[in-house]
Amino acid sequence: MIRSSVLISGDPLSLSRGAADTKLAIEAELSFYGLEDEVQVGYTGRVNRTDVLPVVVVYPEGTVYGPVTPKDGAAIVDEHLYKGRKLEHLIVSAEVAAAEIDTLEPAGDTLYGQKRVVLRRAGTIDPYSIEDYIAYDGYFALGKALSEMTPNDVLQTVKNSGLQGRGGAGFPTGLKWTFVSEQPEPVHYIVCNADESEPGTFKDRLIVEGDPHAVLEAMALAGYAVGASEGWIYIRGEYAMAKDILNHAIGQAEEMNVLGDNILGSDFSFHIHVHAGAGAYVCGEETALLNSLEGERGMPRIRPPYPTVRGFRGKPTVVNNVETLANVPPIILNGADWFRAIGTERSPGTKVYTMLGDVNVTGLVETPMGTTLREIIELYGGGMKGGKTFKAAQTGGSSGTIIPTELLDVPMDFVSMREKGAGLGSGALLICDEDTDIVDLAYVLVRFFKTESCGKCTPCRVGNAQMLEALERLRMGMARRADLERLEEIANYVVESSFCGLGQAAPVPILTGLRYFRDEFEARLRD
Amino acid sequence: MESNADEVLALVDKVVDAHHVDAEALVEILREINEESGHLSRGHLLHIADRLGLPVSKVYSVASFYSMISLKPLGRHVIRFCQDAPCHVVGGQEVWDALEHELGIPFGETTLDGEWSLLTTSCIGACAVGPVMMVDDNIYGNLTPDKVHDIIQRYQLETERGQA
Repeated sequence: MIRSSVLISGDPLSLSRGAADTKLAIEAELSFYGLEDEVQVGYTGRVNRTDVLPVVVVYPEGTVYGPVTPKDGAAIVDEHLYKGRKLEHLIVSAEVAAAEIDTLEPAGDTLYGQKRVVLRRAGTIDPYSIEDYIAYDGYFALGKALSEMTPNDVLQTVKNSGLQGRGGAGFPTGLKWTFVSEQPEPVHYIVCNADESEPGTFKDRLIVEGDPHAVLEAMALAGYAVGASEGWIYIRGEYAMAKDILNHAIGQAEEMNVLGDNILGSDFSFHIHVHAGAGAYVCGEETALLNSLEGERGMPRIRPPYPTVRGFRGKPTVVNNVETLANVPPIILNGADWFRAIGTERSPGTKVYTMLGDVNVTGLVETPMGTTLREIIELYGGGMKGGKTFKAAQTGGSSGTIIPTELLDVPMDFVSMREKGAGLGSGALLICDEDTDIVDLAYVLVRFFKTESCGKCTPCRVGNAQMLEALERLRMGMARRADLERLEEIANYVVESSFCGLGQAAPVPILTGLRYFRDEFEARLRD
Repeated sequence: MESNADEVLALVDKVVDAHHVDAEALVEILREINEESGHLSRGHLLHIADRLGLPVSKVYSVASFYSMISLKPLGRHVIRFCQDAPCHVVGGQEVWDALEHELGIPFGETTLDGEWSLLTTSCIGACAVGPVMMVDDNIYGNLTPDKVHDIIQRYQLETERGQA
């Protein structure tokens, strides 16, 4: 009989700090005491705090230890699991643990106001265990859909929930599914976009690493709703661990018949394949992703036709982001009204953010839509680092908007942000204090786009190179007023005439930077 | 001419067969061969094209598009330093300078002794501990110029020990 579980953080950072050795040491010590049948040991994927990694969480107490060396791991077995005494000096303080690790109350979803829908399991279950997933309502939504709901019921529930795409654009998910389900072509596909390459964003990695079955279950639900029997997960080539976790999860799910042929004895069959990329930012753009999935250069296709009409292999295809999909099983299980009660009227649900830069605590935060940036910085970021003053934030990754203090109190949801000319994008929140040089920041961002432009269309390929030249001159104090005017002119031109979303969004930080911090650009001019 | 034609043939055959000779898996095939051999040689490209029934130009075109696939030999250790904004605003420039200084080569180059290649990478999703770099498959975070010095020394010590 299992009386305790021990979970070790297995994210890449923890592994680089020896988490695998810690796990081995714990297992060795357990078998020394003959406890191997009573204590379950596994990895957990998601931990917010990085300075205490690797952490070890002991259940049922929910004690969090960190950072844990192999020697400490053995001591945890000796003292805590064998003798029943906690190792006080290794315990991560309760406040930190409650706010940042989310392991003390697996059932509770309000920690300092955090509302966990997408991340409700991540960090509390072993991602290598389908039993853990099932124990937390896993595959219940799929079971409910297959036994009590028609495909159209599932479609309508997602539509009524008001779920919007979490990849950045905020397009209504139910509508996208409807477009695909209405296509007369009989073969449809589901594609999960896990090519998370927007700088500053790692939420999808942590969802996949912490709760892989949630993505699989959601894809099966999408397949049932739109009439698809095959799905692909396109994951970044850099996310090797996440890919292994997914492949392992698919194997388990097929064994349990929650994926594969005639799922749970029904007429519905669904198969999922994992395909890894090889390093290209543009592959996050859905049509470039589809090209890469077909073994081509990851260059975008013309839209329309949209993937909902002609997608993977030319067939109608749903392309959804990881976070979007992770919302689907709880919506099916709890209903559209439950989901609509979270967040704002125009953007229901929660949003997962990655908070970075000059705040005291960096990491992952999930809050209801409509939480303001000021609240997020104060409540979850622990305020500005070193007591400095907030100057700007870039929301949504490298193609995101640079926003000033005036927008700190805007409720962050897709619609409210758009009305202010800002965006949520991928959910990355790069917080910058008073010392930040906006011109330098703009230079680094444009350098990124010049590197990542796929070269297909001239505005993006040449425009980013020319913007970079202007910013180099500015940065060195060599620019004239005409250079600044030209920078702005080219930026607008690139937005208006680029072929795909990469080029259209690339100048956004320049344009918003100029809108709110023009004086800093002008101060660098030599005339 | 490939001096190790048998090795090239065997590796390509192994990976292509594992993907059921499916041209749709070309990106994965290229990446996996690159992972095992460090880079893709002309011989790799020729044999991949042959096995998948594709023009060599097509294979080259796809291989040259992706940053994780290299068409030229790299050093024994490859450093990939993140040059994106989240790492930049927390001290990335100093680390960048320290890496070039420490290895004596600019970004994009390989040291003459073939030990080190210094490359940039796009975000690797470890932004909460920036600045970040990868040395081969290992991620190092919260980098400072001093830490860079220590890490490189550690690898060099291991090499010396291996030779002794």
